[in-house]
Amino acid sequence: MQLKRILLGVLVVFGCIPGLSWAQIKIGVAEALTGNAAQYGVPIRKGFELAASEINAGGGINGRKIELIVEDEQGKKEEAINVFKKLIFQDKVLMLFGPTLSNSAQASDPVAQGAKVVVFGTSNTADGITSIGNYVFRNSVTEADILPVTLKVAAQKTGLKKVAVLYGNDDIFTKSGYDNFKKALEALKIPVTTTETFAKGDVDFKPQLTKIKASNADAIVLSALVAEGAPAMVQARQLGIALPFIGGNGMNSPKVFDLAKDNSDNLWVGSPWSIENPSAENKRFIAAYQKAHNALPDQFAAQAYDAMYIVAQALKKLKLSGKIEADRSALRNVLPAVQITGATGTFKFRQVNGKDGKPAGYDAVQTAIVMMTKANRYVIQK
Amino acid sequence: MLAQQFVNAISLGGVYALFALGFTLIFGVLNVVNLAHGAMFMLGAYTALQAVLLFELPLAVAVAAAIAVTAGAGWLLDRLILAPLRARQAPHLAPMIATIGLAISLNSTVQGIFGAENLRFPVHGLAADGLRLGGAQITWLELQIIILAFLLMAALLWWLMRTRMGCALRALAESRKAAALLGIDVEGLFRMTSVIASLLGGVSGVLIALYTNAVFPQMGQPMLHKGIAVVILGGMGDIRGALLGGFFLGFAEVFSIAYVGSTMRDAVAFGLLFAILLLRPEGLFGKAAQRRA
Repeated sequence: MQLKRILLGVLVVFGCIPGLSWAQIKIGVAEALTGNAAQYGVPIRKGFELAASEINAGGGINGRKIELIVEDEQGKKEEAINVFKKLIFQDKVLMLFGPTLSNSAQASDPVAQGAKVVVFGTSNTADGITSIGNYVFRNSVTEADILPVTLKVAAQKTGLKKVAVLYGNDDIFTKSGYDNFKKALEALKIPVTTTETFAKGDVDFKPQLTKIKASNADAIVLSALVAEGAPAMVQARQLGIALPFIGGNGMNSPKVFDLAKDNSDNLWVGSPWSIENPSAENKRFIAAYQKAHNALPDQFAAQAYDAMYIVAQALKKLKLSGKIEADRSALRNVLPAVQITGATGTFKFRQVNGKDGKPAGYDAVQTAIVMMTKANRYVIQK
Repeated sequence: MLAQQFVNAISLGGVYALFALGFTLIFGVLNVVNLAHGAMFMLGAYTALQAVLLFELPLAVAVAAAIAVTAGAGWLLDRLILAPLRARQAPHLAPMIATIGLAISLNSTVQGIFGAENLRFPVHGLAADGLRLGGAQITWLELQIIILAFLLMAALLWWLMRTRMGCALRALAESRKAAALLGIDVEGLFRMTSVIASLLGGVSGVLIALYTNAVFPQMGQPMLHKGIAVVILGGMGDIRGALLGGFFLGFAEVFSIAYVGSTMRDAVAFGLLFAILLLRPEGLFGKAAQRRA
């Protein structure tokens, strides 16, 4: 073993790096590392790097190391397409992680599908991404899966009978969150007292909240981003409305403790990951991330971290031939069967149908953790 | 519910009026549609926020810092952009386009330094405490915004109507050439107006940021769109009009939410505005073909 390492070292020193590259498994990472979406892309990259370095330190995949080729797709569609093409055709990666935003994924994932390369999103939650084709995978859980669970748990614990709804109607994300809430409310047979909307950039929510207060609801269902949702919570408390808020993924951010300080209690959100989750895998992940980056991880880092382990599991079952086309489709064939327990809990894939009704890509099957905010912390309810 | 909606409408109207005061002043005197007013508003909020966060200054001092910075920015706005354009007798649209450029640069600079995300003043309790008025809740801050909007309007009117400088300013608004012939320091007054209008924007930025709990680089943009509507409704360049227009828009928005539905808010509010302009194209206080300060 020792001799082998020395020999390998000698090879590297004498510039025989091309000879070495067969020993590495090249994986492309295309995430938004600059621009507005960098707040998600940067922790995602850190999650991948942490998992890859752990895997490599533990001997790699059947003796071969993982090499990450990281590119910045800037959170833009055009750039995501460019970066995908570079990674697939120039760097000849085995598979791709990314991109950061659902919007970009809609544009760039067809490139990977066309080239028959696995593309694995860790943060794309919009509907329809995985229906692009059978090379498209994701472990990000969609709001359609999470919101019904959040509502159900909140209804059980608070005993709510009827709710008021408040949502941003000019934003694709908050509007689709509202659609999912609406479906879930209908399924649970919870009546809605009033449905109120606001627009992007609004700063005053008191007229809507006053109406909600008068409607005698037991809770407020809120599909908003923190930027609008947090001020809405503060203003509700100012109006003397003490009702629980039930939020979508947009409200699932520790920023709410900052932006709605002292008024952030009694907000219910669901998520596949929670920093408060006491499972052994999660504790190990949080400790390792903190040691590596000197900061607390978020949901995006956790999902990226787990995604790398999901792929590693599949790679272990593969005998790579060195022929890139064959290896790429071999990976696609073993990936759907992977099941792991990671920082985000137990995980497996579920195949979805494409727009033509035929089986296409793979979504995540995971249980949501429902949390309630209390004294600037998340408290796990289920 | 009616009492509360009434209070909501007055405080929202106060917010709009406060923003529109500086905007309308600069139009009345300089005859410039200053599309950088939203950026001044944002600059004031960020200055005060940083004063509180970095130097841990009390809020009153932070407001003073915001006034100083936005006044300086107003001086620079006139010195570097508006005055050279005036000197070259640039066509009407040039200064307006120039202020768009300034707004974009200021927004991008602030975004580059402080990031795009929302920030918040760390002053607790201040905004939340309030009093009850017959079934309606009103916070001290809302009360202050309303009172301040009226006070500032009164001070501006007094300054314009009762002081020598105000007199000169009105003469200037009437005719630049005549004012210059009378020995009025035209350039100095222009600069002064830009300074005062900008610092008014800065102060309203701080107050509104406190009220809404949201400081972000683009915070001036939605405000600017509504501000333009308010000023046109009130009569371009008229101070009383800015106040009245602000309250009109506040009431129109709040009561369309209360009685029509929140999805129809802007349609109803701006539909009403359109109807009023059809009846009075010069605005509530405007006089056709005659500008006033």
